[in-house]
Amino acid sequence: MTVNGNKPKFAMYWAASCGGCEIAVLNIHEKILDVDANFDVVFWPVAMDAKYKDVEAMEDGSILLTLFNGGIRNDENEHIAKLLRRKSKILVAFGSCASEGCIPGLANLSPVGEIVHTAFNTITTDNPNEIYPRVSFDVPEGELRIPKIEKVLRPLDLVVDVDYYMPGCPPESHQIAAVVDLVIKVVKGEAELPPKGSVIGAGDSTVCDECPRARNVKIIKEFKRIQDIAPVDPTLCLLEQGIPCNGPATRSGCNARCPGVGAQCIGCYGPAEGVMDYGARLITAFSSVIDATEPEEIDRILDGIPDPTGQVYRFNLAGSLLKANREAWKVK
Amino acid sequence: MTDQFEPTIIGFTCNWCSYRASDLAGTARMKYAPNVRLIRLMCSGRLDPTFVLRALSGGADGVMITGCHPGECHYIEQNYKALRRFLLLRRVLAGLGIEPERVKLVWASAAEGARFAAETTAFVEEIRKLGPLNWGKVSDELSEISEPVHEEVAA
Ligand code: SF4
Ligand code: SF4
Ligand code: SF4
Repeated sequence: MTVNGNKPKFAMYWAASCGGCEIAVLNIHEKILDVDANFDVVFWPVAMDAKYKDVEAMEDGSILLTLFNGGIRNDENEHIAKLLRRKSKILVAFGSCASEGCIPGLANLSPVGEIVHTAFNTITTDNPNEIYPRVSFDVPEGELRIPKIEKVLRPLDLVVDVDYYMPGCPPESHQIAAVVDLVIKVVKGEAELPPKGSVIGAGDSTVCDECPRARNVKIIKEFKRIQDIAPVDPTLCLLEQGIPCNGPATRSGCNARCPGVGAQCIGCYGPAEGVMDYGARLITAFSSVIDATEPEEIDRILDGIPDPTGQVYRFNLAGSLLKANREAWKVK
Repeated sequence: MTDQFEPTIIGFTCNWCSYRASDLAGTARMKYAPNVRLIRLMCSGRLDPTFVLRALSGGADGVMITGCHPGECHYIEQNYKALRRFLLLRRVLAGLGIEPERVKLVWASAAEGARFAAETTAFVEEIRKLGPLNWGKVSDELSEISEPVHEEVAA
């Protein structure tokens, strides 16, 4: 950790996340040295030792840039989100989890009780005495507390005000490097920040726009899982081959990484510019390629998408208009 | 006043057939349930599933989508698009714990005022049986948790 009071301060935090976003930042290779040269890294649990109380002791607004990854799943996540909001000038919802809930947000399809039960008492878990975690537990030394899980996972902006969004699961390294570069230029007075609320480190079009695959008229008689097609045509649009590809609704910026190597886009860059509800846009996209006019035949074709809700909201459920399953919302 | 639940329903009608059907029902003074707020689109093919989700998240208990009969669309076959979207949307809604019956698709030509009125009344009864959706309320409850956050941030 650099000790230089004059350098702007940088922080990074993980809430409900997998840690991949942190790795993606480290994966910017020698650019990480620019971060160190230009910033005073004051808080970054994965990379250095610092305590919450160190952050609490900082002056409000004293951290220039905080990259916050992970969704808000428990009261500790919420507490740190509020704390870092107070301490930071620029708070970036970093990665899909913080921006729109991502894979951890898919848990919003189930009530909390079911999630805990699945984690602690299924055939893969030996728990004969049905011991479940408790929020607080008294031991001779005092009270032990673990964070309390909230009923649904929320993206960061449902809990605090967010300045910028950086999509991706995780964001692509070249995009992270570009954002770091930009902030350094801003600090030096050589560039200006984009308007508050902007999506940074991504494109403003769709993955299809960057996709190298050939598109003709997309009409299909069947949806199929990619593993059930042999061989997959390496040059033709996947959707045109009946593979539900989320490219048409997904924001560009990854250089169509997945369709480029033969896998369908599953949507990790989130909704494309101007899309209010990601799932709704995909419903439109998938519907328009179905070559059928009779309800029975349409239904038969739709049977080829075994989990439609998961398919159209894989990354975006917590950030969608409805945000969660009704049962998950209702649980006390 | 009775205590029975009065559902709020948003109806999307297309300009050329179903809106005229509702107009006809009105000018012919047919009686039908007053629970539907109509929004006129040029074509049922303009029906973006986002509209339906917005309606449900904003407090509607049901959504009725209407269009010209198959083969009679003013824009040739856009109502088939509406049909396909509707069928996929219902599957997605079911996954979110919303009864798919809360969204209904009705074909009505400009001459079918009576059909429009009858289908509307039948739909209102179906939704009444399902009870309130209350999506707005359940989600508000959650945002209450985060209410003090903004004050803290502003401080
Ligand atoms: S956005 Fe993806 S990589 Fe980043 S923390 Fe979430 S799951 Fe992990
Ligand atoms: S649907 Fe998928 S495969 Fe087809 S063009 Fe778009 S991103 Fe490429
Ligand atoms: S192609 Fe889609 S899933 Fe793959 S990295 Fe890009 S946005 Fe993410």
